[in-house]
Amino acid sequence: MNNNTFTCHKISEGIAEGGALISTDDIMFYLIDPKTGVVIEKGHALEGKSVSGKILIFPGGKGSSVVQADGLYQLSINNNSPKAMIIQNPETVLVASAIIMEMPMVDRLVPEFYSEIVDGDLIRVDANNGTVTKL
Amino acid sequence: MQLTQEQMDMLNGKYGDGTAIAMKIQVGIGESFGATRMVPITRAHVALSNQEADLWFAEKLLNAGAKCRIAPTVNPGFCLSYFKNAGMVSTENADLMQRTHNAYKNLGAVLSYNCTPYLGSNIPLFGEITAFSESSATPYINSVWGARSNREGANSALCAAITGFVPEYGLLLDENRKGDILVEVQADMKSDFEYQLLGYMGKKIGNGIPVFTGLPKRISPEALMNLGAQLNTSGAYAMYHIAGFTPEAPTLEVAFGGKEPLRRVVITNEELAEILEEISEPGNRKIDFAMFGCPHFSLNQVQEISKLVEGKTLKAEMWILTSSTTKEMAVRMGIDTIIERAGGHIVEDTCPDQPCWNHLNGKIGVTESPKCAYYPKRRGINFVVRNLKESVEAALTGEVR
Repeated sequence: MNNNTFTCHKISEGIAEGGALISTDDIMFYLIDPKTGVVIEKGHALEGKSVSGKILIFPGGKGSSVVQADGLYQLSINNNSPKAMIIQNPETVLVASAIIMEMPMVDRLVPEFYSEIVDGDLIRVDANNGTVTKL
Repeated sequence: MQLTQEQMDMLNGKYGDGTAIAMKIQVGIGESFGATRMVPITRAHVALSNQEADLWFAEKLLNAGAKCRIAPTVNPGFCLSYFKNAGMVSTENADLMQRTHNAYKNLGAVLSYNCTPYLGSNIPLFGEITAFSESSATPYINSVWGARSNREGANSALCAAITGFVPEYGLLLDENRKGDILVEVQADMKSDFEYQLLGYMGKKIGNGIPVFTGLPKRISPEALMNLGAQLNTSGAYAMYHIAGFTPEAPTLEVAFGGKEPLRRVVITNEELAEILEEISEPGNRKIDFAMFGCPHFSLNQVQEISKLVEGKTLKAEMWILTSSTTKEMAVRMGIDTIIERAGGHIVEDTCPDQPCWNHLNGKIGVTESPKCAYYPKRRGINFVVRNLKESVEAALTGEVR
């Protein structure tokens, strides 16, 4: 593997490429506008930014199970969901929602990955083979 | 993950496509948490909702031929017959509820439409392995009954009900059920209401399993219901301990599994007062309505209200949400008549975060539940939060202090 490839752990299968979008806050998908993909939660690290088509890098999920799944679903049917998700703290609600929505999701990236990647970097997530590559 | 022959057969479609989808999702969840096997469950509760994603998923499984092996109890949506007859829901919303009803009926669920199954219709035994979703239900069965469930989502709990198995990780294992945070309660826990406020301290308590000390010797089921419901509104908690009270915490030492707490937190009267101010609309105003039953009110709580309103007339409309069993009992006992005569209504099968409350949009209500005040905000319904007595008083006078 070259220097731009990092190993990871598969949560939800699939392969996707897109621009990185990094959130330091946990995400509740219900507080993202499904029509635009823009985060509307007040005070959120991504407030005003769109997750649509991005490789979304964030710590984990929060909020009631019903609304989290509904939020991801609404983004999906409006074609505004992220292309893949890279997380740190898996919990049942978010993990189940990603698998059901067939959205690639991985975790267990090394700290170097987090110091290397910045917003807008083009990256490829291959959950099936357990790799994330900066293109 | 090691699967048994039966589980492999489920995954490979021998039991139909619906069961295969459910098993595939559960194996995915299990692998992401490092589970090594699947274990059988004997109970489940699904936080059903008539929101599009939940209906889409339930119909997807049903259309693929799924049927529940373990019939789960389910959460409330809104009571279709009541609100349809009263002309309080649109055709579109009535249709969503009807489809949800049909899907879960055909999946073989117990159509209990109640968010407090742990107080009546679905009570697990100590150590029983289950799949429970719903904010107040997961912590209640883990903490108070000593049964075992991870903090399932509605979707993962439904998968478990269909396959009859859950991946073994998290709270299913002894070592993950020990306390993390010592929460010393110095506040006066005068009534069930203070447990609502204590539960709302999630931000201060932080991530992990809290162990409460300093609580009274006797704590009511309603107080414990409130505590769990609010912990999962202000944060994400699947379990807590109360030292010397809950079954896995006979002593502080046992509660922490012999380890030192990771953190210590003290909760005072001042902090409970502060959190109340933060979550409530300002008082000293007229109110338009009162709403109780988030989570669903028990028969005791309904009786308490009936004593306060008997022979009087309410100035503001009052809604009391309960299970169908509690409603039926209230009818039999004449409590329902007392409340109706005063101008209030006991409604079964219904949740405050539902489209049947459209007529309350833009109005100010009073409630004793912070959770009730939180979710309907996005429907334009706002609340003053007070204890039960003060809330009922407000409905009688039309004004809250």
